[in-house]
Formats: sequence, C-alpha cells, structure tokens
Amino acid sequence: MKKIACIALGTGLLMQAAWADQIFFEASGKVSTEATFYAHAGQFSQQDARTNLSLSLEPEFYWDWNDQQDSVTFKPFFRKDQRDSARTHVDIRELNWVHLSDHWELRTGVGRVFWGVTEFQNIVDVINQKDSVEGLGKQHKLGQPMVNLSLVKDWGIVDFYLLPGFREPTYTGINGRLRAGLVVDDTTTTYQARDNARNLDLAARWSHSFDVYDLGAHWYKGTNRTPEYTAVSNNGNLVLSAHYAIMQQVGLDVQATVDNWLWKGEAIYQVNPLANYWASQLGAEYTFYGIQQTATDLGWLFEYGQDQRGETATSVMQNDIGIGARLDLNDVQSTSMLAGAIYDLDFETSSFSLSGSRRIGENQKASVEARVFSTENSNDPAAIFAQDDYIKFTLDSFF
Amino acid sequence: MNTQSYTTLIMTGLVLALSAGSAVAGAAEDQGLAIAQEIKLRDEGWIDMTASMNMVLRNKNGQESVREIRMKVLEVANDGDKSLSIFDRPKDVKGTAFLSFSHTSGADDQWLYLPALKRVKRIASRNKSGPFMGSEFSFEDLSSFEIGKYNYKFIKEEACSIGRCFVVEQYPTDKNSGYTKRIVWVDKAEYRMLKTEFYDRKNSLLKTLTTENHQQYKDKFWRPSLIKMVNHQSKKSTDLTYNQYTFGNGLSDSDFNQNTLKRAR
Repeated sequence: MKKIACIALGTGLLMQAAWADQIFFEASGKVSTEATFYAHAGQFSQQDARTNLSLSLEPEFYWDWNDQQDSVTFKPFFRKDQRDSARTHVDIRELNWVHLSDHWELRTGVGRVFWGVTEFQNIVDVINQKDSVEGLGKQHKLGQPMVNLSLVKDWGIVDFYLLPGFREPTYTGINGRLRAGLVVDDTTTTYQARDNARNLDLAARWSHSFDVYDLGAHWYKGTNRTPEYTAVSNNGNLVLSAHYAIMQQVGLDVQATVDNWLWKGEAIYQVNPLANYWASQLGAEYTFYGIQQTATDLGWLFEYGQDQRGETATSVMQNDIGIGARLDLNDVQSTSMLAGAIYDLDFETSSFSLSGSRRIGENQKASVEARVFSTENSNDPAAIFAQDDYIKFTLDSFF
Repeated sequence: MNTQSYTTLIMTGLVLALSAGSAVAGAAEDQGLAIAQEIKLRDEGWIDMTASMNMVLRNKNGQESVREIRMKVLEVANDGDKSLSIFDRPKDVKGTAFLSFSHTSGADDQWLYLPALKRVKRIASRNKSGPFMGSEFSFEDLSSFEIGKYNYKFIKEEACSIGRCFVVEQYPTDKNSGYTKRIVWVDKAEYRMLKTEFYDRKNSLLKTLTTENHQQYKDKFWRPSLIKMVNHQSKKSTDLTYNQYTFGNGLSDSDFNQNTLKRAR
C-alpha cells in the first residue's frame, strides 16, 4: 500500500502543477446492497449460516485538465460484510494518471486491464489479481500498480506494462462460503521471486482489428497470479499456504464477427517451475435478433476449455464444456438474463448459473445471481462448493 | 470533366426534369435517386461534428425515461462515417461507449466498451433493426444516410410544413433492415428530410419520424434540433433533442480507435 500512497502523492503533485489551468471535476459512483441465501448449511465448520448481508460503496472521482490531455481517475472500493470479516475489505480499483499525446498514451498508477474474448473464462487475462471474496465471477479484480505505455500504430495498438508490486488475492475467511475446508493464512505465503511481492513483472500486448477480425497477442513474465496451495501448520492450526511462482507466458486471442456469429478463441503457452503447458478456450456465439417479432434477442453460447495439465490444472475449465443462453429484452429497463452450464468431462461434474438484471427507475438496478453445484466427485477441486448452492440479490444505487 | 461535376450535371438535369413534371419510363426511380444524391451532395464536406443528444422515452401511459449521449463523428470520404458515442444517462450505463465504423455497403464495424469490466467487445452489426437503448429509434434509424442503402422511387410533389416537398419511397437494400420501405418528405428548397414514415416487414405503418427546428451551420449544413419518433403500433414515442452541434473540431482517424473508446468521457 506504501507504493500506492507514493503514486497518489505523485499524481497529487502533478495536479498542483496544473492548478493554474482549468480543471474539470466529476464525482459519481454506486452503493450496493446484497443479500445471499444458501440452500444448505456449509460442509465445513463455521459455515452454518444460510443467509448473508453485505454492503459496498464504489465512488469514482475524475479530474481532467490540459484540454483533456491529462486526467486522473480515483476509484476506491469499500465492502462491509455481515459474516466474513475477510470479505470486509478496502481496495483501490483505480488511481490512474493518464497523459495523452497524438500517437501514444501513458497510464501511471493503479488500474485494471481486461484481455480476452471468450465468456466462461479468460486464460489470456493475466494482469490483475482476483478479488476472490467478491464472488466467483471473473469480473472481480483488484487494482494493479502499473505503468502502461500504449502506442497507436496503423498496424495496431501496442501496450507495454511495467508492473511494480504483486497483489495477493483476497482469501475467504473462516465464516465465509465458497471456500476450501482450510482457510488460506496469508502470513504463510511464499514467493519464488527473491524480492517476494516487490518483483517487477513485465508484459506487452499487440492488438488490432481488421475486416471481421479482432486479434490480440501477448507476452507476460513475472509472478503467477494463480498460486499453488499446500496445507501447513501455523501456531498449531492447519491452514493453506499459497506459493507464488514466476512464470512466463505467450498467448493469442481472436474473434471473428460474421453476421449472427461470433467465433472466439484464446490460447496460451506457459512455462512455470511445475509445468510447461498449452491451454485453450474455443467457442462460438450465435444470436437470433428480434425473435417472435419482438425486440428480444436470444443468443446461444458454446465453449470448450482445455488445459494440457489435465486434472492437476489450476484453471476452471481444464477439459470442460460450457453452454449458455443470453436473453436481452432491449426494453426501457434494459432487462437481460444469462443462463450457463459447465460440464467437466474429466470429473463428470457440472455447475449451473443464472444471472439477470433490470433497471429500476432512473438510478437503480436490481440483479440476481444463482449457482447450483453438482460436484459430488471428491477428486474435483470444485467439490468444495458442493453445499454452497446459492441465490444472491443485489440492488445498486447510482449517484 | 470529373465524375463529381458530371454527376451533378446529370442530377441537376434530373431535378429540373422532375420539377417540370415530366415522366418517362423508369423515371420515377431515377428521380428518387437524383433527390437522394442531392441530399447527400448538399451535406458533404462537414468533415467532423460533435453534439449532445438527449432522448426522452415515453410509454403509452406517458411515463418518461431519459437518455443522455454525447457523440463525435468523422466524415469519411467514399465510405460511411466513423462515430464515437458516450453514454451519460441512465447512470448505470455511465461511461459505456460505442465505436462504429459504418460502411456504404456491407456490415458496419462496431465495438462496445463496458467500463465495469474494462472490456471492449466487438459486437455484431446484424442487430440494426433492434431498439437503441430501449427507445423507438433503431440502430439503423440513427446511422448516417448513404445512397447505397436504398433503392428509390419518386412518388409526387406536395405541400408540407415548410413550403413544398418531394415525396420519395426508399426501399432498404440490406436484407437485415427492419423495414420494407420508408416514405420520406424532402423539402424542395433545402433538401432536408422533414418527415419519414417507416413500414415494417409486414408492410404496415410502424413509425413516423418528424424533424423540427432546423438550423444551418457553416452556411451549408442543416441540422434539426428536435426529432420526434412515434410508434403507431405500440403507442410509444421518443423525442430526440440535439444540443451543441459543433463542426470542424479537428478530429481525425486517431480519435476513433479502441484506446479512445476506453477513455471516452
């Protein structure tokens, strides 16, 4: 956090220098109330509660000056959880100074980056760490300290990243759901990098759009965001210890957009101390527009995820099929729904999810998310969720 | 003689011919096309434009919902426009941005930026008949007017809200259009599209669009401040108000890419 404070101070000084100019300022954000109901008591000790309430706040402050050539965005995040003290947490999602020139831009601070095209998982998306306590969705990410230089060329956009400082994911606490039998104790965390979490990680990406294709290729070298866990004894308690190794990876992501079809693929080759392996996520999405003479769109998704490490893979879909249906009513309230099922061909287990959202009035949005786990195979890492079927209601209020 | 002045000559001839009320075989199609070409010609050379859009959506009970969008548009020679739209309201979509490279023929290229995920998504432009943000405007209603998007037929000349109008039928050439035809009222003096009727795939009247409060910019380009769309079948309507039109902002290709989409404010 010290590093973040330095960056904050740095950007503060920059602002001072520009104070004479006209500065545009804008504040916005959202407050979210969340209620979760579990179908069963949990399978591990201290997981008896079947309900949970939680509240979060995510304001966003934005300044620009120099005719918008310079801007700063500050977006902190706060959560208070009823049961899991580890889920009560604070993060800086974004604290970024962006400087623009004609053919390049420099983004300095803390930020989030998304790479990828597929829906069920994004194996090429390696920059940010997971904010695991927020939920199973891939959208929950912690802010990452970075300097990102982006060059705009006729032949595509090239991004270079310096990533000073590794962020550990948040780990669900003893009273939380959707965790393993043992909790992760972050005082036992180990690193391969000599300077631990202070290792300087590097990445580069080229991306380009031409004709119906959107292409991306990347290289990453640094601390692997995904750890290996081992059970250790700490002060007489059995806990999980995370080990973060150094890895190097190259990857590709491609989308072809042809009429009603979206063809999507992601592939990586990773070298780490335990394995050198290939993984891929391939799929397609077909959308029926304006079904039954209404404004409703119905899209079908199909994806297959494969990981050369097989059953020992740390990815969610190591030999899995994902099928989904997306329904967009295109109404005034922007009502939409997404249903998905993942079937694991190795462990013969499956999980189902349903999510939907709808605007209420002008400034609120109601969402629902439900998951059912059919993972009665103790060899499947997902078996830890066997008792965690849940439905979660969220009300977002925007200001 | 260059192609443009040659076209202009032919068109002037045609327009003169049709004002004189002459009619030869196939002439109605030629006259319709000539009017479309004149509309396009009179609106060429604006280079770039920025504007704010305010949409008021009303259901049949009169309940209202507001959309606010800012847009930057770049004129592209011999192709459709490039545009970047930034959503300000409703607040849950604030920061969402939409990048579109429209083409005179074939599918448009479109990308959507979702700020919560920091994700740029290429989207299919096949959904052109779908509603824009729940309004009575479809994506195709808001796209730029290009000659190749329709076949034409001149119907008649009649009195309209501003003087006299040409009445022209336009038949979409794209099989994905939501319409079988549009009937457009174009004023004879300035070639502004004052009223458009949209006929659905069953060829029944679906919507009527009217443009009001036209103002001329740069001594050439006419723009309406208010566009009203009424859906006769659902009884819903949308009023679209344009504010702060500015032309010649020095925009270029480099203002329309995935980086500018991600940081659009």
